[in-house]
Amino acid sequence: MKAFITVIGKDKVGIIYKITSVLFENNINILDINQTLIENYFTMIMLVDLSKMKTDFTSIKNILENKAREMGVDIKIQREDIFTSMQEI
Amino acid sequence: MINTKNIMETINMIDKENLDIRTITMGISLMDCIDSDGKKARIKIYDKITRCAENLVKTAEQIETEYGIPIIHKRVSVSPISLVAQSTSDKDYVKFAQTLDKTTKTLGIDFIGGFTTLVHKGYSKGDRILIESIPEALASTNKVCSSVNVATTKAGINMDAVKDMGRIVKKTAYLTREDDSIGCAKLVVFSNAVEDNPFMAGAFHGIGEADTIINVGVSGPGVVKSALEKVKGENFGTVTETIKKTAFKITRMGQLVADEASKRLKVPFGIVDLSLAPTPAVGDSVARILEEMGLESCGCPGTTAALALLNDSVKKGGIMAASQVGGLSGAFIPVSEDEGMINAVNAGSLNLEKLEAMTCVCSVGLDMIGIPGNTPESTISAIIADEAAIGMINCKTTATRLIPVYNKSVGEEANFGGLLGKAPIMPVSKFSSKLFINRGGRIPAPIHSFKN
Repeated sequence: MKAFITVIGKDKVGIIYKITSVLFENNINILDINQTLIENYFTMIMLVDLSKMKTDFTSIKNILENKAREMGVDIKIQREDIFTSMQEI
Repeated sequence: MINTKNIMETINMIDKENLDIRTITMGISLMDCIDSDGKKARIKIYDKITRCAENLVKTAEQIETEYGIPIIHKRVSVSPISLVAQSTSDKDYVKFAQTLDKTTKTLGIDFIGGFTTLVHKGYSKGDRILIESIPEALASTNKVCSSVNVATTKAGINMDAVKDMGRIVKKTAYLTREDDSIGCAKLVVFSNAVEDNPFMAGAFHGIGEADTIINVGVSGPGVVKSALEKVKGENFGTVTETIKKTAFKITRMGQLVADEASKRLKVPFGIVDLSLAPTPAVGDSVARILEEMGLESCGCPGTTAALALLNDSVKKGGIMAASQVGGLSGAFIPVSEDEGMINAVNAGSLNLEKLEAMTCVCSVGLDMIGIPGNTPESTISAIIADEAAIGMINCKTTATRLIPVYNKSVGEEANFGGLLGKAPIMPVSKFSSKLFINRGGRIPAPIHSFKN
């Protein structure tokens, strides 16, 4: 199963490091990563592979949301299909 | 590989434009629960519903978590209770409604529909008992929804049933008078009712359906409005294309959720209802889409044309996005459930007669409209007849969900809370239809129904 992780918020040091650490700890592979910075607004989108993840979807979502709260950013993890079904024919 | 624009568009639709799945509705046949002993029948009904829908809420919540898309309601629709209950010797079917209500607590679902009967051509024993049970059934339950089909294009209009329903609506209003006559918000009178509708209050599980089925209703008025904001001043060709593209995206998401729910629950997928269903929240209004097309306030001249375009474009965009389409499919125009409609009524631009015209070109009918509590039964029946005639002649579903709010009059407001919203009391014609309604009998099917 693949999913997109999106992080939106004010730019600060260590956002990618902290998120990717969580992914590393849970054996989640990053397939692609894209980052843009508009003024001080940070948007990062990652495509990840959850097939070998050590935990379940609800848990990883909770872990990521807690981490995002600590950093004061907004994070989402959503299965890839919602984007592909809506945006591709 | 990562298309930032597309991903952010989907996220914005959900976060800022109120895109959601309005309902996952599991249809359950109760035809195998029929028993001559009412008590035994109700035990079978309770057991079957709670067994079939045991994992409905849990599964829907799991899908919400994984896809990040809100699923607002989880509902169940069942076979028309008039058919299930009529082989018993029970003198009323209130206990059947209470059994349905009990399942909603066990399952944690939001509504259950199917306290229903189809009487477009006449009454059988169970039909009459069910109709007479409706007021008490709705007054003694919280989440049970009831519907009565009084007309079809093929059969015409059963004017005896139309007359009865005026009385039943009034009695329901009286029995639920402590809560602004909320019972009437859970009672729909149909023409051309559909068997696979996931939306309440009119959902029931038709007898042509499989044993269990998953139907999904999508919703996204805010998304359509936002899309139209980007094409201000463009011609109607552009407006149509914009709505079609947006409806396509909304419906694709509905199809995805329906497929997932069907797979996880091991219940066949039925249909996606291509709907634009508003809520009372700001930014989730169908009226505001019509205004975005250039109308100063919903209900002003041009509103019917705008709604016709919207309804048709939603279907054209959605139909390619879903593998099976059904239900009511189109734009809904309930008053109390739509912030823009409420505003238009209060501004004086929208009245009952304009709403009636609008129902000729959209997917439902006169929906969630508060009227004075002292409106005569015969006037309510006559409004039902008008709406049924529109459905019958135009070969479409129409519904009437009027709430004669007890002890309230024009200028006041009824508050139902939640998705049912709040209804400004709208004026109704003071002229009498009593002699017309008292005739009884049937209005025959129209000439264009004879297609065989």
